[in-house]
Amino acid sequence: MMPDLGKYAETVLSAYAVSLVLIVVLVLLSLRRGHKVKAQLEAVEKKVRKNG
Amino acid sequence: MNLNRLWEYANPKKFIETTDRVLPAVSVLAVLCLVVGLAWGFFFTPDDYRQGSTVKIIYIHVPSALMAINAWLMMLVTSLVWIVRRHHVSALAARAAAPVGMVMTVIALLTGAIWGQPMWGTWWAWDPRLTSFLILFLFYLGYIALWEAIENDDTAADLTSILCLVGSVFALLSRYAVNFWNQGLHQGASLSLDKEENVADVFYYPLLVAIAGFVLLFVALVLLRTRTEIRARRMRALLARERMG
Repeated sequence: MMPDLGKYAETVLSAYAVSLVLIVVLVLLSLRRGHKVKAQLEAVEKKVRKNG
Repeated sequence: MNLNRLWEYANPKKFIETTDRVLPAVSVLAVLCLVVGLAWGFFFTPDDYRQGSTVKIIYIHVPSALMAINAWLMMLVTSLVWIVRRHHVSALAARAAAPVGMVMTVIALLTGAIWGQPMWGTWWAWDPRLTSFLILFLFYLGYIALWEAIENDDTAADLTSILCLVGSVFALLSRYAVNFWNQGLHQGASLSLDKEENVADVFYYPLLVAIAGFVLLFVALVLLRTRTEIRARRMRALLARERMG
């Protein structure tokens, strides 16, 4: 049920594609850094506790 | 409502505890509104009699442009809170919002260029709104670079807050450029409190849902990234304490 975009199909689809790719990349990078920093902090806290 | 309770969230531990509960709900709502708003606009709205199917770009272009400006204004508020009350969480929230605002600015610029090509016959014009948006993008870049360049968190927060105050002029200019100068290619605002000036209802309602989706996506990402910045700051502080002995 793709709508008929006529002669502007390429224009509309490229605008959506570029935007969605940028949003997905931003979300994935934010999640990845969040997990990475959380794990690093846990490791540092463990080390600090061990060292007294 | 006791406004003083708001400052409780300036406590990093309290902020992380609260966002543990809030973040999943905001994220689900964001995805829901984005999917409904974009699908409604893309699949179930008619073409415009002048712009043809390119009118469907409005559901991405307008919300991202709105968020590009409002993200900077949110950074302005949190920067002022940092300057006045020295709450680290507010400075870190501003830092967390900058990349999100920058991506929104890039989306607004790119979709504007893609839309402009068939409508105006050019990808780019030195139109007041387009130019002020490009300057806003450069301010975002500078703001992010300044945070990265300065090692001391408090100094970085001070300097970036000042940059944010200066950049706010361009954020506001981006919003009102079409009202100040009439010679540009860009049309006036698509949304207005005056119903006569609004886009037609058939485009207006899905646009409102898409805007809600972008706002919620922004909130979810800023909460997520602020939590990361709080943890990164704590890690830097612990490592510095370790090095000192």
